[in-house]
Amino acid sequence: MTLDTLPKGAQAVVSQVVARMENDPIATRLGELGFIPGASVEIVATGPVGRDPIAVRLGSSRFALRRGEASRIALKHDF
Amino acid sequence: MDAVVSPDPATKPLRAALVGNPNCGKTSLFNQLTGSRQKVANYAGVTVERKEGALTTPGGRKIRLLDLPGAYSLSATSPDEDVTRDVCTGRHAVEPRPDLIICVVSATNLALHLRFLLELCQIGRPIMVVLNMMDEAERIGLTIDVPGLASALGLPVVPAISLRRSGVTHLLEALDRPDPPPPAPIPEGADLHAEVAALIGRYTNALSLRGDRLADRLDRWFLHPVWGPVILLVVLFFMFQTVFAWAQPVMDALEAGITALGEILLSPLPQGLLRSLLADGVIAGAGTVIVFLPQILILFLWILALEESGYLPRAAFLLDRIMALAGLSGRSFIPLLSSFACAIPGIMAARTIQNPRDRLVTILIAPLMTCSARLPVYTLLIAAFVPHRTVGGIFGLQGLVLFALYFVAIVSGIVAARLMTRGVTSDEHPLLLELPPYRRPNLRSLALGLWQRAVMFLSRVGTIIVSLNVLLWALSSFPAPPAGATGSAIDYSLAGMIGHWMLPVFAPVGFNWQICVSLIPGLAAREVAVSALATVYALGATEDSAATQLTPLLSAHWSMATAFALLAWYVYAPQCISTLAVMRRETRSLKVVIGAAAYLFGLAYAAAFLTYHATLALTG
Repeated sequence: MTLDTLPKGAQAVVSQVVARMENDPIATRLGELGFIPGASVEIVATGPVGRDPIAVRLGSSRFALRRGEASRIALKHDF
Repeated sequence: MDAVVSPDPATKPLRAALVGNPNCGKTSLFNQLTGSRQKVANYAGVTVERKEGALTTPGGRKIRLLDLPGAYSLSATSPDEDVTRDVCTGRHAVEPRPDLIICVVSATNLALHLRFLLELCQIGRPIMVVLNMMDEAERIGLTIDVPGLASALGLPVVPAISLRRSGVTHLLEALDRPDPPPPAPIPEGADLHAEVAALIGRYTNALSLRGDRLADRLDRWFLHPVWGPVILLVVLFFMFQTVFAWAQPVMDALEAGITALGEILLSPLPQGLLRSLLADGVIAGAGTVIVFLPQILILFLWILALEESGYLPRAAFLLDRIMALAGLSGRSFIPLLSSFACAIPGIMAARTIQNPRDRLVTILIAPLMTCSARLPVYTLLIAAFVPHRTVGGIFGLQGLVLFALYFVAIVSGIVAARLMTRGVTSDEHPLLLELPPYRRPNLRSLALGLWQRAVMFLSRVGTIIVSLNVLLWALSSFPAPPAGATGSAIDYSLAGMIGHWMLPVFAPVGFNWQICVSLIPGLAAREVAVSALATVYALGATEDSAATQLTPLLSAHWSMATAFALLAWYVYAPQCISTLAVMRRETRSLKVVIGAAAYLFGLAYAAAFLTYHATLALTG
């Protein structure tokens, strides 16, 4: 399961950030922002058109991610 | 590159740089420390804003403070972050390496901000840490063991509240103490996130806190799929209501004031060339500059307040999908919407777009959003050529044509943006936008921001606009008509000659020489074309009376195809020198301006050509 499929209001734990290619700058940046294994995330809101982008709460920060970005974040199954 | 710190602070100011994550309160801290003693410019070759200020500590130490762009990490992903990385590491081509790095960290977002601090420790420069937003931390019940954190980091840590004047006293005191030694580098390959988590667990109670309830509550409304857009619409409605309605009386008053002032100043001068130069060239040119100012200030007041409050990124979130149609992100929306009032504030508002490609494309399509200066031309031609009748029982045909002109322009903007963003780069285009905590905007910060925009506009854009106006005046005034001439003066001038020379180029789109001549003074401002047409047809000079007299004249002299071609031309043509001037200022690239002018003229010519021949074919 990846972050883009997580329903609104649900919480989950990040298992890893999956790079799309070598030196994927988006994956690197997601890691720097704190999307690291073990981090707990929650979908705060989804965009009005096609539920895209999504607003994610990560610790005390919030980020807006497009689905393509969120799909790089794999979640643990057992949360 | 001088790395040696002068031992005597009285002779040589300390060079310090403010570094920190976006939304750490760095800019309000900078404003608090330096006040109005700031210089705002751009870094050479890039459109990143360079802010430097001076301050003197209570102990008399002089400091030159550089406000570096916000960055999440030293592995930069934008030109902003490139500048921050290069200056901090001493690799910047022009900017010398700072003697002291002041790293600003928001107490409310330690997990993110401390990681960047640890990264900065790796570069081996003296660092002072400012723990900002201590008032917010208190509000959410966060307590931090500041001395403990300082000793664990091996760095001086100073608490601050950048929104209050008294909130920076500790920092000023710390700056009077001797500079700290560079921190011990963290071992290569260390897990910075783990280090940060350990620090937070040991020196704060953050883990037992539930987070910011205020943001949760507000986001429930502002990001709601239905209420979010409704609230945004209401905000935008008020915003543009004030930009259009409130600015108008001020603009009218300014215009009248400038004219009156011109008359008073010029009354001792005899009628003649000098007076005409000063009145029609210099004062009219300065007038067009100053008249834009109220709109720009009101618009920027809104943008700055929305940005500081934390709402602007939320608006970008709501609009991201719609702007993705044009290959852009939500950030481009406000600059484009502003361009319906006038492309000049719109292009200036594009500064809030971080992504350089988005910013450039937004600037390039901003002139396609129908600005209010086109309305006089539209209304004149529609009144003269579109019959006054209803369609489908309720819609007026004239109104429909006006709507179509706006609609075609928007669609063209979307298509143009799509074409520009396609194929330039295969990289995925990220949004990755932080939604910062909500905050009350700080009046001092707003005032400073407005002041800087105003100065920038008047001093830099103003000089270009005034000089171009003088040039256009010269073109329309020289040479003077021969004695006993019967036609209008402009017909004998260089502008008139150029108009006649232009005729072979514009004859295929149905323009006559009168239109060609009026296009030249119309370069100063689009609506001037109406009074220029009146001049060419030797009518009264004021805009309103010109329009009423022109309407029957034009419908008698021009074919419908010519009129429609001119309308199509006006949808696209970049014939506004001020817009091109502000584009030049904001992109610092003549190539971009020439490219923009070329593509818009190309579009205008093609649209006018198609419209002319289509109308000819239909009307027989």
